[in-house]
Amino acid sequence: MFGYLLLAILVLSTAAFYVGRAAGRRFVAAGGPNPHSLPGYHGLFVAIWVGVPALVLVLLWVGFQGAVIDALLVASLPPPLTGGASPAQLQLLLSEIKNVAGGLIFKEPSAEIRAAADTWLRWSEIARWAMAVVALAAMTLGLFIGRSRLAPRFRARHSVERFTSAVMILCSVIAVLVTVGIIASLVFESLEFFRFVPLHEFLFGLRWEPQIAIRPDQVAGSGAFGAVPVFLGTLLIALIAMVVAVPIGIFTAVYLVEYAGERVRSIVKPALEMLAGVPTVVYGFFAVLTVAPAIREAGGLLGLATSPNSALAAGLVMGIMIIPFISSLADDAIRAVPRALCDGSLAMGATRAETMTRVVLPAALPGIAGGILLALSRAIGETMIVVMAAGLIASLTVNPLDSVTTVTVQIVTLLIGDTAFDSPKTLAAFALGLVLFLVTLGLNVWALSIVRRYREQYD
Amino acid sequence: MTDAAAPAVPPLRSAAARAALRRRRNAADFRLRLYGVIAISLAIGLLTILVATLAAGGYQAFVQTHIRVDFPIGADNVSPADPAKGNYRHVVKEAVAALLPPAANPAEARQMGQILTANTQFFVRDAVLANPAVIGGTLTLEVPAADIFDQLNKGTIRRDTPQANRRVSDAQIAWFDALVAQGRVSTPFNWGLFFNADSRFPEIAGLSGAIAGSFYALLVCFVISFPTGIAAAVYLEEFAPRNRWTDLIEVNINNLAAVPSIVFGLLGLAVFIQSFGLPRSAPLVGGLVLALMTLPTIIIVTRNALKAVPPSIREAAYGMGASPQQVILHHVLPLALPGILTGTIIGLAQALGETAPLLLIGMNAFITSPPGGVLEASTALPTQIYIWADSPERGFVARTSAGILVLLGFLLVMNAIAIFLRQRLERRW
Repeated sequence: MFGYLLLAILVLSTAAFYVGRAAGRRFVAAGGPNPHSLPGYHGLFVAIWVGVPALVLVLLWVGFQGAVIDALLVASLPPPLTGGASPAQLQLLLSEIKNVAGGLIFKEPSAEIRAAADTWLRWSEIARWAMAVVALAAMTLGLFIGRSRLAPRFRARHSVERFTSAVMILCSVIAVLVTVGIIASLVFESLEFFRFVPLHEFLFGLRWEPQIAIRPDQVAGSGAFGAVPVFLGTLLIALIAMVVAVPIGIFTAVYLVEYAGERVRSIVKPALEMLAGVPTVVYGFFAVLTVAPAIREAGGLLGLATSPNSALAAGLVMGIMIIPFISSLADDAIRAVPRALCDGSLAMGATRAETMTRVVLPAALPGIAGGILLALSRAIGETMIVVMAAGLIASLTVNPLDSVTTVTVQIVTLLIGDTAFDSPKTLAAFALGLVLFLVTLGLNVWALSIVRRYREQYD
Repeated sequence: MTDAAAPAVPPLRSAAARAALRRRRNAADFRLRLYGVIAISLAIGLLTILVATLAAGGYQAFVQTHIRVDFPIGADNVSPADPAKGNYRHVVKEAVAALLPPAANPAEARQMGQILTANTQFFVRDAVLANPAVIGGTLTLEVPAADIFDQLNKGTIRRDTPQANRRVSDAQIAWFDALVAQGRVSTPFNWGLFFNADSRFPEIAGLSGAIAGSFYALLVCFVISFPTGIAAAVYLEEFAPRNRWTDLIEVNINNLAAVPSIVFGLLGLAVFIQSFGLPRSAPLVGGLVLALMTLPTIIIVTRNALKAVPPSIREAAYGMGASPQQVILHHVLPLALPGILTGTIIGLAQALGETAPLLLIGMNAFITSPPGGVLEASTALPTQIYIWADSPERGFVARTSAGILVLLGFLLVMNAIAIFLRQRLERRW
């Protein structure tokens, strides 16, 4: 029904466009003073009046129909069924009714349920037809309003342009709404979480054992929500990644800018872009399949106790992932240094290495530092590599051969499977998400401010 | 040149010291160059190792061991009146018994049954339903071999390991060799990898559900983010007044582009699933989340493409009496479109490889049929890879690599299209 209705709206607004345009053309053909707008704008004006109100109406209807029918149905149920039931039990009842209505019958339902299912089916059917009727009425009304406004002196173009402006503004506000949505959902669920676990315990507690029971019949730990080991593990893996990526990235950029010829660059640059385009799940699989066993073997040869999912494996692979990121940002920063500085140094007889290390790199340092901060924020927020290659148990260690866990790993493990938005286990993921969001946001803002301040010096 | 008369300055260092210094300085130069070469070789070497491991692990999954079996469709097992209700388990048992020497004991008979994939009876049923005339006769089918025999055939399970450490017994190897001697074993291209949905049995697990799920999610992502992104970018670049409000929007968009993807997953879970009540695991929700992630990319590339259109176009249009919106929508935007499309395809390619947010909204479920629409539960390519990578069966290792190769293939094609568009359509001014 919904699909047909959308199609009907599309077809009818197209028809309305032709109606309006024909009217506009008649104004031209009638002679006299020139009409204000081109015929096409008359057409668009009518089409907007026909299509947009109906579309908004249908979308709202679809959004609220389910909730309204559910509320009506609950109100109509006999009191013995609903008396004293909690919201969760009511939900269960509703889904049973809908299952019966949909023909999924596991056990013979009671007469009340059967009756309720019939009611639900009837009401849904009525609602669907009512939606169609209302939408058609809205379109007819729109056609009359739109068509009756058309006249030779009517400023159809102005109306249409006002409408497009409004749509464009709405679209650019969506970006803000997304941020608001992120912050609101994270803060809201985190506040719920901090009702169970005090903030200071979460931020400074040293034990993290979040796998508590969601349903009463599950066997699980008693729970501890001190996130310090998780933060420490995240930092450890991110630092290993930076240790790998920063030197390789910067030296790559230096070589590409200063030494490489056109041919080398035309091979290396696409290769680095390929490295950047590989999905993170692929890196994760690479870490599990190749890197982790290799590190374990090497650790065994050296007589070191190495965990099968060591922080080193995850950090190393994450470092590989970040190399192209750092090299391209360092490349930009080095190229942004004015050529005159470089030429001046070379003219004084400095070698290229001296020019690079004493003149260009110091000048590019703020840009490179900004790039490193951005890369660090990326490493902290990276998920798939650590989900696949790092551990699940939060241990308070900085030994790279041990298994550690990260914020993102914990978010994923807490939210895969059962989720209940009234259990601290599920809500803890949102508290971790809030910390992650704030830290990465802080790093990004800091990095951008460094880069901007530095760019102003040369512009 | 009055300097000519000045007394010659004695050199500060001797010639030998100068030469040593020069050597040191040149050595430093050489060292820096060497570090660069080492760094680049490391980066490219790692990329090569990555691709090589995947190719080495994955190529095997592109072929599949099949065994030709003659199934006696006796009327006692399958009644012509109702072929769907036949006892196909028994049919398969009889066929296997006819294929191999008689079993000495029940345990051996069970081991024999393991030679074909566990779903063989359903293949036979479908074939009989498609062609009921075969009832009473013999049906010859190429059936996928079970995973362990597939691996034995491909050499992943080595024959020289002792029997205790090997997942196939000596007897099973002997039977398999007998089948090879009869010419019943073949390894054709594994179309099932693309046309089967997920399964618990590696030999018949395929990517069709994941490909369909990714397709629907990307479709939703494109339908939402492409028009929204262009409209937002046109407004911000061309019409927005410069004030605090538009500054806020711009800072916002730049920051959104750097928010970790998993945070978008949290948003999707809390808002789309928890608050709006959309179904879990649905490509619709996945597409919505991916659309929010792609939006900043599309806005940024659209703004750059709009900036690249020369002012002369605008001025000419204004000179002809066009309104500001007509200038942008009729003249500037069409010229910027190739650049926008290129950026959009690259943004969609990123969205295709995105895994973490899809995990949080449940697109990592075990689903054995491709989704029929955007509201049906499904997996996506990257989450399917994650599921397979997590599976304990040995046969899924090759599947995972093959799945990754398929995903990389899609990404490569999308990027190639983007490059092609850029070269063919983009105009230099």
